[in-house]
Amino acid sequence: MNWIAIGSISDIPRRGARCVATPEGKIAVFRTADDQVYAIDDHCPHRGGPLSQGIVHGTAVTCPLHNWVISLETGKALGADEGAVRTIPVRVEGERLFIALEALASRAA
Amino acid sequence: MSERLVIIGNGMAPGRMLEHLLEQAPGRYTVTIFNAEPRVNYDRIMLSPVLSGEKAYEEIIIHGDGWYIANNITLYKGHKIVAIDRTAKTVTSDHGVTEPYDKLVIATGSVPFIIPVPGHDLPGVLTYRDLDDVQAMMLAAQSRAKAVVIGGGLLGLEAAAGLNAQGMDVTVLHVMPTLMERQLDPAAGYLLQRAVEQRGIKVITKANTQAITGNGKVGQVELADGTIIPATLVVMAVGIRPNSALAKQAGIAVNRGIVVDAGMRSNDPDIYALGECAEVNGQVYGLVAPLYEMARVTASQLAGNEAAAFVHMDTPTKLKVTGIDLFSLGDFAEGEDRQEIVLRDAAAGVYKRLVLKDDRIIGTVLYGETADGAWFNDLKKKQTDISEMRDTLIFGQSYQGGAPLDPMAAVAALPDDAEICGCNGVCKGKITGAITAKGLTSLDDVRAHTKASASCGSCTGLVEKLMVLTIGDKYNPAAVQPMCGCTTLGHDEVRRLIIAKRLKTIPAVMQELEWTTSCGCAKCRPALNYYLVCDWPDDYADDYQSRFINERVHANIQKDGTYSVVPRMWGGVTNAAELRAIADVVDKFEIPMVKVTGGQRIDMLGIRKEDLPAVWADLGQAGFVSGHAYAKGLRTVKTCVGSDWCRFGTQDSTGFGVRIEKFMWGSWTPAKVKMAVSGCPRNCAEATCKDVGVICVDSGYEIHFAGAAGLDIKGTEVLGMVKTEDEALEHIVALTQMYREQGRYLERIYKWAKRIGIPEIKRQIMDDGEKRKAYYDRFVFSQKFAQVDPWSERVSGKDKHEFRPMASVGFAQAAE
Repeated sequence: MNWIAIGSISDIPRRGARCVATPEGKIAVFRTADDQVYAIDDHCPHRGGPLSQGIVHGTAVTCPLHNWVISLETGKALGADEGAVRTIPVRVEGERLFIALEALASRAA
Repeated sequence: MSERLVIIGNGMAPGRMLEHLLEQAPGRYTVTIFNAEPRVNYDRIMLSPVLSGEKAYEEIIIHGDGWYIANNITLYKGHKIVAIDRTAKTVTSDHGVTEPYDKLVIATGSVPFIIPVPGHDLPGVLTYRDLDDVQAMMLAAQSRAKAVVIGGGLLGLEAAAGLNAQGMDVTVLHVMPTLMERQLDPAAGYLLQRAVEQRGIKVITKANTQAITGNGKVGQVELADGTIIPATLVVMAVGIRPNSALAKQAGIAVNRGIVVDAGMRSNDPDIYALGECAEVNGQVYGLVAPLYEMARVTASQLAGNEAAAFVHMDTPTKLKVTGIDLFSLGDFAEGEDRQEIVLRDAAAGVYKRLVLKDDRIIGTVLYGETADGAWFNDLKKKQTDISEMRDTLIFGQSYQGGAPLDPMAAVAALPDDAEICGCNGVCKGKITGAITAKGLTSLDDVRAHTKASASCGSCTGLVEKLMVLTIGDKYNPAAVQPMCGCTTLGHDEVRRLIIAKRLKTIPAVMQELEWTTSCGCAKCRPALNYYLVCDWPDDYADDYQSRFINERVHANIQKDGTYSVVPRMWGGVTNAAELRAIADVVDKFEIPMVKVTGGQRIDMLGIRKEDLPAVWADLGQAGFVSGHAYAKGLRTVKTCVGSDWCRFGTQDSTGFGVRIEKFMWGSWTPAKVKMAVSGCPRNCAEATCKDVGVICVDSGYEIHFAGAAGLDIKGTEVLGMVKTEDEALEHIVALTQMYREQGRYLERIYKWAKRIGIPEIKRQIMDDGEKRKAYYDRFVFSQKFAQVDPWSERVSGKDKHEFRPMASVGFAQAAE
């Protein structure tokens, strides 16, 4: 695993998200109401909407373009819709946040 | 010639009696009513919801003025009868009206008991009996100060809950060791006390009030043990006694109440008494079900059926405090010859107790889960031998015979004569019969035809289940469509409760209204955020995480994740400097697309989110502010050139459009609002398909609203015509505020207007000057907090996290 520090949990508003730019596109990092942190690709499986801009509720986000609801835990679309985005491992150490970019690294290399 | 029937009192019992009488013997009597209260017949049971703010007085009226007119009944409002002359057969009111009668019905109800402690007559000591009391309490509650309720019975607790909902700091004093000891055993009384205390109401039991003191008005309550409780309002709710003084003075036999036989007739054969003032077979009554039974008997007697007789019945008691479920029936004292079955579930806050004698239920106390109340009541009434099901009896009906715990099946299994509505004594068969025979499909219809669930409403769920069982899918309970999957409440109920319970944050709404999800969803959160912004403009902190992205970053998201930016161009008017600034911004940020919008302004598309603050900074330099092209709020006011340039123009439509826009920009609304002002009926600004439009004419301003030119196409309705620009502005602002306060989130004006009714809107905005002014003032107040340019706020650094990535990971870093 290649853990990369991306900042502190307080950088992200509760029930909100921030983006991390990577060579393979943006990753959306979410913080829920109860301070759990999740990371998924910032790209809705439906039409590529930026999930980081959606409304966060429970452990899901609603895409701002066409209201698909994506689970932050599994990356899968909830409800009647089908599709999934990649989930990225996140580690919270104290205030610090790390994401694992192993897959990305291997592809990039 | 018809006989003269005079009724003293206009409460629920005589009201119901008249309904029966008009049905059984129409035209037989000429009816005159004297009401000491200056109003029509309303549902006293619902005073508690009025006090807590969950209902308005208008919603609890049983017979409006029209009903009296339609039935040719003379109603003297605010007339108290001071004398009955039995020899001359007349009654006389305190205003000097004397009315002869052939038959007289006394329905003077009851008077609240006042504990004769020192200070009981100080200003600030109230009782809880009628609408005047409730209004006085609501007025007192505006101070948000401390209140003491003396009496921990049904009325006292409802009063306490209501005052608490109105924001007062309430203490309940109860002389007995546990609350509602007449209806509840100590265990249930304890659970109730805990639930009441959890709402922030203090409870002191074994409290012996010694005096109420204060300087010319209530200041504090002193207890026998020396405790002193500060209070500016004291409500006495310790009980009632029959109001029989008038009858006594007329020489009619009176004991505790006016003594009547089973036919509700007093010792004067032409005088009947019913309601709380009547004593029948040695008993007086205070709950509505037996009072309605008295009404039925009296009506039959008056219609000539002398066999009609009142029979005593036990009536279940329910507390009408939202969120506390309790049910109590019959006799539950302990005794040698009695056994009991008890079920406790502390975690769930459930307590159930059945008292049995000779294998029959004689008493029931249910707390926390009351669904089986009707079934236990039925078993008790029929004296069913329960020995067969004794082991599982307490688990309720659905558990018998191993049937699954399906509430629908439980209702289906009820016999036809099982009582569903305790208040009105309506059984299952009558409801299902009416549904089938009359083809009823809505709850309101069922209420109108059978009265079931029309009084206290606590059996509404049962009635709805009966409708589903009887007509299946044809019953559409979605007369109230829930806001979303997180709640069963509809938008209107949520809006009402936000105000009534003074809920001022999203978590408070979700907690108090029992949301089923921890933090809502993408449907309810933006709606709640809007309702709170609208209802508490000065108190509520806008929750950006509950706003749709466009409103969070003040630009419109596009399909590729870039944004578009539309600066405000007041009334569609611009100039060279503005256009030059726009051109410079377009060049500097390489904006790929510039387009003129339908609302007479300029849209720049394809801007990267990171660039937004810099774009706004440059636009701000040129004097531009946000055009709110992304908002559920005021968008544009489109104009034509009007009398300044146009040879047909009748008024300065451009200037007026600019004025409206400058007055109203920044306001949030349930859905977007687009306006237009045309300078003459040729209507070049296309005002007649807008949310609000103005057509100027020589004699003034014709105000239009509720148009649509999107998913639906609809010409506007005419609100009315006014003479001056100032008046036109006031009307438009008031209309918008009415819509802001009543509209459901995402409901455009034309849909709202269709729901509310055009005439009602005209009545409030055109005809009722006071209402209009109040709407106008509330809008102006709200604007103080709303008219802040969101772009310049963000240029100066607000929410900067929104516009920057949190981190950037390069190839090298990723490949390490």
